[in-house]
Amino acid sequence: MSCLQDSLVELIRRASAEIPDDVQRAILGSLHQEKQGTIAESALKLIERNIELAKAKSQPICQDTGSILFFVDAPVGLDQIAWEETAREAVRQATQRGYLRQNSVDSLTGVNDGTNVGPGSPTIHFHQHRAPHTEVRLVLKGGGCENVGAQYALPIEALKANRDLAGCRRAVLDAVLQAQGKGCGPGILGVCIGGDRATGYEHSKRQLLRLLDDRNPVPALDELEQDVLKTANELGIGPMGFGGKTTLLGVKVGVLNRLPASFFVSVSYMCWAYRRQGVTLGADDSIRNWLY
Amino acid sequence: MIQLTSPFTDDGMRALKVGDEVAISGTLFTGRDVVHKYLHEGGSLPAGVNLRDGILYHCGPVVLPENGGWRVVAAGPTTSSREEPYQAQIIEKFGLRGVIGKGGMGARTLEACRKFGCVYLHAVGGAAQVLAECIKKVRGVSFLEQFGSPEAIWELEVEQFPAVVTMDAHGRSLHQEIFAASQSELIKRL
Repeated sequence: MSCLQDSLVELIRRASAEIPDDVQRAILGSLHQEKQGTIAESALKLIERNIELAKAKSQPICQDTGSILFFVDAPVGLDQIAWEETAREAVRQATQRGYLRQNSVDSLTGVNDGTNVGPGSPTIHFHQHRAPHTEVRLVLKGGGCENVGAQYALPIEALKANRDLAGCRRAVLDAVLQAQGKGCGPGILGVCIGGDRATGYEHSKRQLLRLLDDRNPVPALDELEQDVLKTANELGIGPMGFGGKTTLLGVKVGVLNRLPASFFVSVSYMCWAYRRQGVTLGADDSIRNWLY
Repeated sequence: MIQLTSPFTDDGMRALKVGDEVAISGTLFTGRDVVHKYLHEGGSLPAGVNLRDGILYHCGPVVLPENGGWRVVAAGPTTSSREEPYQAQIIEKFGLRGVIGKGGMGARTLEACRKFGCVYLHAVGGAAQVLAECIKKVRGVSFLEQFGSPEAIWELEVEQFPAVVTMDAHGRSLHQEIFAASQSELIKRL
């Protein structure tokens, strides 16, 4: 087995079993905010215990190990065909070891061949950069939270959402209201303003690669992120939709240009079981350091 | 924490109310999207699977073969609302006393809970390790080849499995209440 395959299996294992530090800190913070003796507090305590247990046992935090999304920043000249084949092998192996559920179903026949490898699985986004090393980021995004994602085409009269930032705010908050606890909150929103239907969603997912406590360098977007986070946490939806103070842990907004005729706001909801990890690979494809 | 032990009874379920935290011990059967559609379309339960006075768990676990048997590696709930088109009929036809899942269900399921003495029990989504620890034994599996591992019916023996009653047999739904309250809070902030 190649060194790259070993590195990718380890990346998958850690992504599946260990919550990144920034997310764990945010969950702990929210636990202290909820009222003692409420079911919201019970849920967060159980979540905290689950995080510890998954890490200790090196087993999936959540049984839905989700869509397997690789984001690869690679030097010019990387053989993407060979890389992708190795990544598929790594996914097969991680599935055999139980780091990933047998989670990929033929949409036409309903057959689950148990390998997690097939059209669209795993998904690999390659991007070239002018650096000598490869960075691999991985998000495992479960179906429950993916199902509550939403795409809005502004204007929407029923929401009084026009083609401006105030309209974007209304759309994003509607997504939070509609999601309630179904996406396994407290959640994290990745949002894209603009793009087309495909690039909008993709860019919204890319926002989930950001650290929870970073700030958006664009002042208008930073303001929108903080505002949506604060407002959502005033709605009383709470962990799991049980009621409570923590509905969201973070909001991350990106922008793409759009066509004059289109104005999409794409919202990807990430569950509290925010499986996101990344590595920098050395020249021999061994893991040089962890990115989260 | 209220103790619930299988077989579950009409009286026992009607005594529960929204907000109660329960610990379930006994037998659970898993069943999710494919099983619900199959049963709704008239499919029959496989031999050895009896849902009467039982609890159905909306769950697609990670299970590995071990020593000729099975080991549950991860087993949290899946989103229940997808089963709303089918659940009421299945509660009635098969005599379910409880449904475990996450995210809550709709008006038809709530009405079936009231009519037939059933409750909706909300497990913590994503808490696959804590919940897998409550599974002491896999008693059997049906439809493994046909439906695939996550969609199969797994018969599980559980101890002290934690859940919260969020829809009771008296017509109350925490999910309806939180939706209405959060909607009115949102309107004030738009």
